[in-house]
Amino acid sequence: MKVEPINRTDTGPGNAPAPSARSNGAHVAVRGLTHTYRRSDGPVLSDISFSVEPGEIVALLGRSGCGKSTLLHMVSGLSMPSSGEVLMNGNSVRAPSPRWVMMFQAPSLYPWMSVAQNAALGLRFTQRRYEIATRVPEVLDLVDLGGFADRNAQELSGGQQQRVALARSLAPKPEVLLLDEPFSALDAFTRRNLQQDVRKIARGLGLTLMIVTHDVGEAVRMADRVLVLDANPGRIASDIPISLSDADRNGGNDAFQREHTRLMQTYSDIAQVPGTQA
Amino acid sequence: MSAAADIPQRSPMPGLGRARGAVNALLGIGLLLVLWWIGGEMIARNDDLFAFASFAPAPTLSRLAELVASGAVIDMSLPSLYRVGMGLALAAAIGVPVGIAIGRIAILREITNVPFQFLRMISPLSWMPIAVMAYDTWDGAIIFLIFVAAVWPILFATAAGLRRIDPAWLKVARNLGANPFHMLFVVILPAISVDILTGIRLALGVAWVVLVPAEYLGVTSGLGYAINDARDTLDYASLGATVVIIGVIGFFLDFTLMMAIKKFNWVRSDA
Repeated sequence: MKVEPINRTDTGPGNAPAPSARSNGAHVAVRGLTHTYRRSDGPVLSDISFSVEPGEIVALLGRSGCGKSTLLHMVSGLSMPSSGEVLMNGNSVRAPSPRWVMMFQAPSLYPWMSVAQNAALGLRFTQRRYEIATRVPEVLDLVDLGGFADRNAQELSGGQQQRVALARSLAPKPEVLLLDEPFSALDAFTRRNLQQDVRKIARGLGLTLMIVTHDVGEAVRMADRVLVLDANPGRIASDIPISLSDADRNGGNDAFQREHTRLMQTYSDIAQVPGTQA
Repeated sequence: MSAAADIPQRSPMPGLGRARGAVNALLGIGLLLVLWWIGGEMIARNDDLFAFASFAPAPTLSRLAELVASGAVIDMSLPSLYRVGMGLALAAAIGVPVGIAIGRIAILREITNVPFQFLRMISPLSWMPIAVMAYDTWDGAIIFLIFVAAVWPILFATAAGLRRIDPAWLKVARNLGANPFHMLFVVILPAISVDILTGIRLALGVAWVVLVPAEYLGVTSGLGYAINDARDTLDYASLGATVVIIGVIGFFLDFTLMMAIKKFNWVRSDA
């Protein structure tokens, strides 16, 4: 179940779904994706197919080594699958692009640049320098770092650095944001704040969001739908909608606990995690 | 003076640390002058060596004052600075791109490692006869020798810098749509600017050392020539003054590069 009908502003070619209003996000389709690193080994990902609607937030939940991060790299075009394909609005992804941008576990800001220069990189790389003066302050405000433009990236805390990385990703106005466990190195409090803020920002902009995580709580807090991955080879074992209002997603209520327990049980069964601790 | 004042401790006023540094630097210069003066006195009192007494501080420094006043310092330094500048510029023009290539491409690094280490260990002055034959002008030969001395520190420092680049920086750039030009000028070169400058600083040290013997070649200008000329004319005060000039210019060139390194260094020690 989708939380609400979300529509695309542009009409993509091919087999993309029908367009509708209010979303800037792209439709993502993964078709029969299989990947093998070495011929002698088995596939890390086996025949994975799923779609993400424009503006939808989907979590890929799985244990370490299930290939979920590899899968996200292939969606981003940073690596290529052995077979199968990824379609953005019906067009095959063959290379990375600021239109479907990935955020990594480490913010990897350039330490010789200011916060604003880091946030401007995507615009600089795509010959859109003329947008920098207006767009960079806009995205820094969006991630609550309005006053930090001229600070050096190294002076910031881990959470602030990841916010700059988010601003850097958002500046070129992507249609899809791909998060590869971007909060796992942060303390619990900072992580919660960022989880809420990223969801809020993605909803506000109508972005399609895909989050790779091994944290059930993160999946419940952020996602409209959770794809649980099995390992060896990685494949989608379950597709679970999360029906929670934004207010309930902060945790500490029965509805959140119910969804959390339900997802935890499925995840435990699939991943064979003993017990149901979070 | 209380005992506590002798114990080095973090000063509550940061200005004091700098003042102390300046005092100690002056102390070091004074010590060098005293040793020089003692050496001069010993030479003057030695029956075998007294002919070289103009090496002492007083004759040398008064000759130095004359050279400065007449502008001769400029005349003898400029050709040397030109040769070192050209040699270093060529070394950077070749050393930085080759360093980036061998830092980036493993197979290139493996192929070139032994030949480069072999060539690096050959004294640049060993090439002197070849340089003299290969170049029409003395200037050309000297610049070549300086280039040979300077290229290795720059090349190896660049390659080492490249291998310390965080691969995630390149992934982020690729992810945001960077082309190879952006990779080089927005990511790689700023990331390794300090490594390059450190290589150039090392190269300058070697080049400045190689310069003087290289200028013993047929040229009739430059600091090395001035040394040779003073020796031939038994003008030991000029010889001493030239040695001082070589030291002072070398010191300030090195100091300038040190300041540049400080300026470009993006690592915040307090972060």
